[in-house]
Amino acid sequence: MPLEKGLVIVHNRLSHDMYQLEFISPEMAARSKPGQFLQVKVNALNTPLLRRPISIYDVDKSLGSITLLYKVVGQGTEAMSRIRTKEYLDVMGPLGQGFNTSPPGRKILLIGGGVGIAPLVYLARVLKAKNYQVKVLHGADSRRNLVAFEKLREIGVDFLPATDDGSAGFKGLVTDLLATKLKASQIDYIYTCGPDAMMKTVAAYANANQIPGQVSLEEHMACGVGACLGCARQLKSSDREMVKICKDGPVFDIQAVEFSVQGEVSR
Amino acid sequence: MKRKDTAPAKSDLSVRLGPLKLNNPVTVASGTFGYGSEYQDYLQIDQLGAVIVKGTTLEPRIGNLPPRIIETPSGMLNAIGLENPGIDVFLQQHLPWLREHQVSVILNIAGNTIDDYTRICSLTEGHQGIMAIELNISCPNVAKGGLQFGTDPDTVEQVVKAVKAVTSIPIIPKLSPNVTDIVQIAQAAKAGGADAISMINTLMGMAVDIKKRRPVLGNVFGGLSGPAIKPVALRMIYQVYKAVDIPILGGGGIMSTEDALEFIMVGATAISVGTGLFVNPLLPREIIDGLNQYMMENDLTSLEEIRGAAVL
Ligand SMILES: Cc1cc2nc3c(=O)[nH]c(=O)nc-3n(C[C@H](O)[C@H](O)[C@H](O)COP(=O)(O)OP(=O)(O)OC[C@H]3O[C@@H](n4cnc5c(N)ncnc54)[C@H](O)[C@@H]3O)c2cc1C
Ligand SMILES: Cc1cc2nc3c(=O)[nH]c(=O)nc-3n(C[C@H](O)[C@H](O)[C@H](O)COP(=O)(O)O)c2cc1C
Ligand code: FES
Repeated sequence: MPLEKGLVIVHNRLSHDMYQLEFISPEMAARSKPGQFLQVKVNALNTPLLRRPISIYDVDKSLGSITLLYKVVGQGTEAMSRIRTKEYLDVMGPLGQGFNTSPPGRKILLIGGGVGIAPLVYLARVLKAKNYQVKVLHGADSRRNLVAFEKLREIGVDFLPATDDGSAGFKGLVTDLLATKLKASQIDYIYTCGPDAMMKTVAAYANANQIPGQVSLEEHMACGVGACLGCARQLKSSDREMVKICKDGPVFDIQAVEFSVQGEVSR
Repeated sequence: MKRKDTAPAKSDLSVRLGPLKLNNPVTVASGTFGYGSEYQDYLQIDQLGAVIVKGTTLEPRIGNLPPRIIETPSGMLNAIGLENPGIDVFLQQHLPWLREHQVSVILNIAGNTIDDYTRICSLTEGHQGIMAIELNISCPNVAKGGLQFGTDPDTVEQVVKAVKAVTSIPIIPKLSPNVTDIVQIAQAAKAGGADAISMINTLMGMAVDIKKRRPVLGNVFGGLSGPAIKPVALRMIYQVYKAVDIPILGGGGIMSTEDALEFIMVGATAISVGTGLFVNPLLPREIIDGLNQYMMENDLTSLEEIRGAAVL
């Protein structure tokens, strides 16, 4: 049953609003693929009512654990931050379609913005294990929010940070780092997750250079399983049908998505 | 807690909702359970009293622009805009699947004219496996300048009468709570020949994004559901049960067995779970088990013994 109360074994504050939570669920860990997400019930009360969608950040199959990385932005994530170790996390999943873990080519670029790095870390681990050459770009406001740094170092991939204040790595936007410091001819496939504005720039770059890739999108969710039609989004203005982010996504091919201001959710 | 040694392990949970015989009173609300397959990993759907499928219209509908849902205190607003593939696709693709899985199906339909409703009903003729049709009358009536069908007693009577004339399948109008006098609407539904009534649909509401200084929902207004509306649903069912002799399928904010019992005690024969599924996909199963346990603990042979018990 894709529903579990998993024992929380680690719950750390990584920066002023970013947390990492690891819980035990061997069955969920075994079934989880990079890019999939969980629906988390942050407490047993009616407020907040709905589950919160959170990506699978990392999986330890030998330990049977799943790790989440999340940013406190409102009531739900705030309540989540108060969960303590040795308590049980009420989770549904894994849900949705994950990333393509057999991309064409060898040189793979992952670009995360803010907490958008979350779904890319387990992807980096899986691609690295398949001997792909993986480079990860992560944009954050400053050094203290480059929270995935240690995991990425442990996985052993190239890591290029960009910070708004220049406290680590490239000073400026991660998309400027992409445009100025990387050669498109050295990239076979791109994955990205982050604010819509960032993904829009990355998608434009991928399309201009004819690099295939995938994006992970967000929308407000209720059921998480395709039943309520609450998370619908029109990928292109010419599309005559909406997709359900929870079931058809959250991962889509970069070329299939048109980024616009309409209906976007910002991180 | 008293339990006799001779007590059966399973109580008889079956109920009669007018002409319908349900194995148990627990149904899932329209629009919260898709066309049934979405919750397969969580529930054995043939164990449900009935599955009320997504609101279906004559033609396919693409629905509203996002965001379509937003959480509110103890509830949520939705403005899906009746996205659905249309009645033909339902009959050709979804109904056979539901039939194969031996699900008791209640088809929920919506329209903008009385003709829409009767045409959908006519199209269902000859298709096996639809136990009843729930009429969503919380839709704008184009003939009345977009006013909801469900807010005018004469229109309610007319639409029920019109569909009753074209189909032999039992008809269950689903009442909108956005009215001044719910009893009057229920009376009109009965006068039109309704076999049972379903209540309540969502309460109209809205939310504002103060950063953008705009309504949150793409559609501005949305339907409020979840625990926040339970007291309103209970009050309305109580009023209708007292005044109108018609079986009631009750719902609105049910999150537990205790909530379901409250609905039965104000007069509901069957209940529906909607928003509660999003929080706990096992909820219908838990309520079925909870009602079974309640009946054993209280030596009930039928839920009839407590139906309307709290109506003074
Ligand atoms: C597939 C998917 C994966 C995600 N993965 C992560 C992750 O790994 N780490 C992380 O920190 N965040 C992630 N998010 C975003 C996260 O779901 C929201 O930040 C969270 O729901 C906010 O809840 P809140 O109550 O704290 O905020 P509030 O703003 O108070 O939430 C109000 C309502 O809006 C919804 N909502 C608000 N922001 C978002 C958003 N960006 N996306 C979807 N719904 C939103 C909430 O779920 C809630 O129903 C993901 C979102 C999606 C759709
Ligand atoms: C996302 C969503 C979609 C819904 N779609 C429909 C619909 O298509 N037709 C309908 O009659 N009611 C629809 N409803 C109303 C529910 O069937 C139910 O009457 C209402 O939500 C109150 O019950 P609840 O509080 O248990 O959810 C919808 C409700 C939600 C939350
Ligand atoms: S959240 Fe219900 S369909 Fe996607």
